[in-house]
Amino acid sequence: MSQYPFTTVIGLEVHVQLKTASKLFCGCSTEFGAPPNTHVCPLCLGLPGALPVINEKALELSALAGLALHCDLPPVTKWDRKQYFYPDLPKGYQTSQFDMPICADGFLEIEDPADANQTVRIGIIRAHLEEDAGKSMHDEVAGRADSRIDLNRCGTPLLEIVSEPDLRTAEQCVAFLTKLREMMVHLGVSDCEMQEGSLRVDANVNLHIDRNGEVIATPIVEIKNMNSFRNVAAALAYEVDRQYEEWETKGHTIKTHGKRTFGWDDGKQVTYPQREKEESADYRYFPCPDLLPVRLTEAQREKVRSMFTELPQQARERLQSQYDVTAYDADVIVSAGPEMLAYYDSVATACGDGKRASSWVQQDVMRSIKEQGISVDQFAISADQLAALIQCIIAGELANNRARDVFEHMLDKGVAMDQAMKDLGIEQVDDSEIESLVADLLSKNPRVVDDVKGGNAKAVGALIGQARKANPNANPQQVRELALKMIEQM
Amino acid sequence: MALSTDDVKKLALLARLDISDLPVDHLAGQLESILDFVHQLSELDTEDVEPMTTALDVDNRWRRDEVLPSLDRQDVLANAPAADDECFRVPPVLG
Repeated sequence: MSQYPFTTVIGLEVHVQLKTASKLFCGCSTEFGAPPNTHVCPLCLGLPGALPVINEKALELSALAGLALHCDLPPVTKWDRKQYFYPDLPKGYQTSQFDMPICADGFLEIEDPADANQTVRIGIIRAHLEEDAGKSMHDEVAGRADSRIDLNRCGTPLLEIVSEPDLRTAEQCVAFLTKLREMMVHLGVSDCEMQEGSLRVDANVNLHIDRNGEVIATPIVEIKNMNSFRNVAAALAYEVDRQYEEWETKGHTIKTHGKRTFGWDDGKQVTYPQREKEESADYRYFPCPDLLPVRLTEAQREKVRSMFTELPQQARERLQSQYDVTAYDADVIVSAGPEMLAYYDSVATACGDGKRASSWVQQDVMRSIKEQGISVDQFAISADQLAALIQCIIAGELANNRARDVFEHMLDKGVAMDQAMKDLGIEQVDDSEIESLVADLLSKNPRVVDDVKGGNAKAVGALIGQARKANPNANPQQVRELALKMIEQM
Repeated sequence: MALSTDDVKKLALLARLDISDLPVDHLAGQLESILDFVHQLSELDTEDVEPMTTALDVDNRWRRDEVLPSLDRQDVLANAPAADDECFRVPPVLG
């Protein structure tokens, strides 16, 4: 449709909800999905005299996110009031950070989706802490004209990460968001569940149209309400076309029109104007007199540095070199989240066989927790138990299939490994018992002895079936090795 | 510092103050005199003065991330002009 070439210029504002137990300035729980208005206190209600106290974990998680994004953590950060009136914000202002954010001036590097060999560096202008507002629900179905307000979310800590307008395509935006989300989840900064609103994305977009050498910028539009990465891509694609057409037919440019806010309608797959964007001055920011400035102490900085262990990509590389697993396996484990990675690390280290650990974790553990709809933290078989089971396989005490029986039995009955083996009649068979069993079998099967002596070692296989019949817990490999050894000595 | 009647009306709107019954010119004059009073500060040379973020000589007061009991919902909703069993009810808000 477009006649002139143009560059799309996109900056993202990403809100991540910090993984704290309590709210940013009070002790109310941040738990998602509680009955409406049950996590509310005088501070959340904006009652006179209620005073905020900063949650130190929110500071630490923000600083951790800042480190991951190569940001500076300035010596001082402070709080400001952003004033606006909305029923889900009882105080009449949002406590935020205006001119002295907790993190500033960083970057995130992504692979360019258009060229996998090309790395694109996306600047991070700032990341600041702020409190969330409550939730408005519009009760049109019931035929009532009013809105219902739930203040549970009011005061939940958010980190708003603001990128430079360095993104050029919707695909780059998705790559940026994917990497950012993985990082934040991996470091335990946030759950980043878009469904639950713990990751929210706004996009600022306009076009720089090149009309025969003259660059014309279209008015900037901020798009909200994009509740999945797929929607981000769809909304940006739509908006690019819309802006070009608006310029073509109406001549709107950045000089004739100010910034506007658009929503994304997922059903109709269109962006639509919501309201004229307030100017920053309209929020009448001023320093919050109820809160003191924050100077992160050296001890806190040290603590945050110690929390900043490794990023997902580093973990992938480490698994390959440390445990000799394939790039694919490492990716599956790391992508399953930090809890799964920790579980795998424990199993692999304790059993000493990273490849076996990887196959058990991927096949048996991941399948089981998926079936049960739980996280690995809630999984009944601990990393130590799984490691012990794998050690039995390595030691030749259990065949893989038999070990799988034990695993299933442990899950079904909720018992420990020893009990499961007992229940299944698997007992460690005494070496001398096996020796006498094999000696007995050899004396009853002179032809097998002759065959083996004649060079056909495979003939010994005939004894294994008989051995298992005599004692179901006789280990096939042990029987084979012992028989060959005894024949050699005959 | 001169304030137009439009400035005053805009400020009133942002602060959600209903001034429709009041003489805007009169309010503008009052606001101007307040601003002029504060404006005296700009006579000072603050070139080398670090901006002050608080009048108190302390910082770094925070709490551990621990959940404390919230209010009973009945109490939360008690003073609301309109509510149902679970939520506050307000005139429709859209967008």
